[in-house]
Amino acid sequence: MSKNGIYTPLDFKNVDFNVSIDEVGVGDRLARIKSRSIKKASKVEATLMAINMIDLTTLEGMDSPAKVRQLCSKAMRPHEEYENIPSTAAVCVYPNYVALAKKELKGSGVNVAAVSTAFPSGNAPMSIKIEDTKFAVDAGADEIDMVISRGKFLCGEYNFVFDEIAKIKEVCGKAHLKVILETGELETLDKVRLASDIAMEAGADFIKTSTGKIQPAATMPVTLVMLEAIREFYYRTGKMIGMKPAGGIKQHKDALKYLVMVKETLGEAWLNNKYFRFGASSLANELLMQLVKEYTGNYQAPEYFSID
Amino acid sequence: MSKKEKVLDKKSKKAIEDIAMNGSINNSRKLNFDTSWQYAPAPESTDHFKLKKKYDLFINGKFVKPTDGKYYKTINPATTETLAEIAYGTDKDVDKAVKAARKAYNEVWSKLPRKEIAKYIYRIARLLQERSREFAVVETLNGGKPIRESRDIDIPLAAAHFFYNAGWADKLHYAFPGKSPQPLGVAGQVIPWNFPLLMAAWKIAPALATGNTVVIKPAETTPLTALLLAEVIQEAGLPDGVVNIVTGFGDTGAAIVNHPDVNKVAFTGSTKVGKIIQKALAGTEKKYTLELGGKAANIIFEDAPIDQAIEGVINGIFFNQGHVCCAGSRLLVQESVFKTVIKKLQDRIENLIVGDPMDKNTDIGAINSKMQLDKIKEYYEIGKSEGASSFQSSCNLPKKGFFFRPTLFWDVAQSHRVVQEEIFGPVLTIQTFRTVQEAIDKANNTAYGLSGGVWTDKGSKIFNVVNKIRAGVLWANTYNKFDPTSPFGGYKESGLGREGGLHGLTPYLKM
Repeated sequence: MSKNGIYTPLDFKNVDFNVSIDEVGVGDRLARIKSRSIKKASKVEATLMAINMIDLTTLEGMDSPAKVRQLCSKAMRPHEEYENIPSTAAVCVYPNYVALAKKELKGSGVNVAAVSTAFPSGNAPMSIKIEDTKFAVDAGADEIDMVISRGKFLCGEYNFVFDEIAKIKEVCGKAHLKVILETGELETLDKVRLASDIAMEAGADFIKTSTGKIQPAATMPVTLVMLEAIREFYYRTGKMIGMKPAGGIKQHKDALKYLVMVKETLGEAWLNNKYFRFGASSLANELLMQLVKEYTGNYQAPEYFSID
Repeated sequence: MSKKEKVLDKKSKKAIEDIAMNGSINNSRKLNFDTSWQYAPAPESTDHFKLKKKYDLFINGKFVKPTDGKYYKTINPATTETLAEIAYGTDKDVDKAVKAARKAYNEVWSKLPRKEIAKYIYRIARLLQERSREFAVVETLNGGKPIRESRDIDIPLAAAHFFYNAGWADKLHYAFPGKSPQPLGVAGQVIPWNFPLLMAAWKIAPALATGNTVVIKPAETTPLTALLLAEVIQEAGLPDGVVNIVTGFGDTGAAIVNHPDVNKVAFTGSTKVGKIIQKALAGTEKKYTLELGGKAANIIFEDAPIDQAIEGVINGIFFNQGHVCCAGSRLLVQESVFKTVIKKLQDRIENLIVGDPMDKNTDIGAINSKMQLDKIKEYYEIGKSEGASSFQSSCNLPKKGFFFRPTLFWDVAQSHRVVQEEIFGPVLTIQTFRTVQEAIDKANNTAYGLSGGVWTDKGSKIFNVVNKIRAGVLWANTYNKFDPTSPFGGYKESGLGREGGLHGLTPYLKM
């Protein structure tokens, strides 16, 4: 039980260490998911939904206030012409740009997410991770995207990872916590499942695949395994955990396949930006381009879409 | 059942449930898969080809009218609309076909250099690939299977069987070293309606590759792709009479089986008909292979990757509406994961799209015929009256055509008819077991022995279990995977002989 009573970490012993994942079987399930044909009204609807699920992201060392401002304006109004196009779910920035983003997005309903805990490596003392998170929360971050200590996880110190997440959750207060597993470093789907279970038991509101700094970032097999972990957690506890694949989703068609995965694994309750997000930057324009094509019948050149 | 027994039954049911209780699953937590976002209809187009109004028999390289001049209608089971009229071949037509096949064998086929035979078979394979879209659409229209399956499985696999067997045609001496493999002569073949073109390929390809000629009868409800195959055979320039296709009903098939000048009979279909054929052939010199029914056990151990096992079980029973002789129709689940498995199966079933087979998103198409639908409905009632608990998906079914919801039965016992008898539809029975030995015993406790599946993360357990199950094909951590290089066939009442692979050549050869 935390001091302020906001969060009670669940028991570590609830984590089932014996869940196994068969990669070939995951491939079989995905083959069916990928064969879904999304056309016409269904395609437009899904594209609008996907835009509304984006965490528009800039995480560069050379980020500037101007870049962040531009990102915020894009998030609020992705396309100048079409008013029916919804805003994105959030913008995702480093902690030092939270205050600026918060100001820019005021009243828009678009959230500010901050990466935290010595993003992207997570290789820093706990005290610094806590400070990092506190700074972002104090600056007004609505959501915290933390990274787990993959080094600790891979050498089997699961308690450490559990405690670290639980601790950061406490620091988050009202801010939503997304836990980045950095699945590209976890090697196997068994490990992805275990990391997901630990993160959810420790208090994650969302589990997220990647930082975007490591390849491969989000993949469909990894996302499916994480969605199935969320399903199992829901069956067991009744708690709904969100999912955020991040990095590497660049094509419109791919985004729709992710939505098919969500629809067929978790259903209606997860098909919104409260429970599903895309961590992406270039995807937004790709979605807009497809949408405008559906509206006008023609593909527009990339120059007609503002870069963020 | 007496009152006392009833109470006991309830109690024991509860006790079993408590033991099987996987505390983590709470049935009140439901996922809603009837989402506001739906897939729009995505029908495959049919305007790239035209069916003929009437199809004749394919005898001696030409399409010829049936002697009695009789035709019957073949329909689309998804709409019940008539697709075409099909010739009803009689014993006279069969006799003509066998004579043509004999003549072709004696005068042409047996005298050709082996590599020339291979060329013809390769040509059929390539033409099938070229016309694969048309074949897929016709297969779906005539048989009711989803276009996704005919497009991705039936047609490519049929072509693969021709390719594979073509490769053997000039290498039979290497296939059977030290022996002198010789063709038998005329092969008479009768095939079922569940995989019309694939079964035709499965039968014709090895017969030709081993140097035999063929008289084949497609199933009465699904003759169209076999007749398209006749066109391909014409186009491939096969010598007249090497392949003859005689459409018709059971009596047409019987005429082929009983024809005195047929050297080898290959039959795929029901165990009932298989037994009749075996009786008819007893005491004759004809060689035969029978590929009959099945009631395969699919076994999930508690250490299995459950989510992937669920997908495999779904694929195992609902592939082709369950019209699969090797379907995994009996699920055996270890007690400790029973509740999880039931829950996940239900959620998965709610995501299966049942309906228009021509829609690219359809998972479960139309039941092949009214007769088969009635049979499945009857078994559903039998299951209910035997006291099974059941679950059916909540999807809407099309108003026209023959459709049946994917169905689960549990609380069933080994003695129940739905557990013992082949339903040949989208109906899965689920039983629990406690020990490995119990799983093996239950798996073997049936008249059939065609196939089976084992789901566990332990390699040693896989080898232990599959070696003790008496079935021709066993899959581990997967199901319904087919390849022309792999032999297929049954134990016990599931038939005799093997088809596919090297083993599939031997029934067509004397050595």
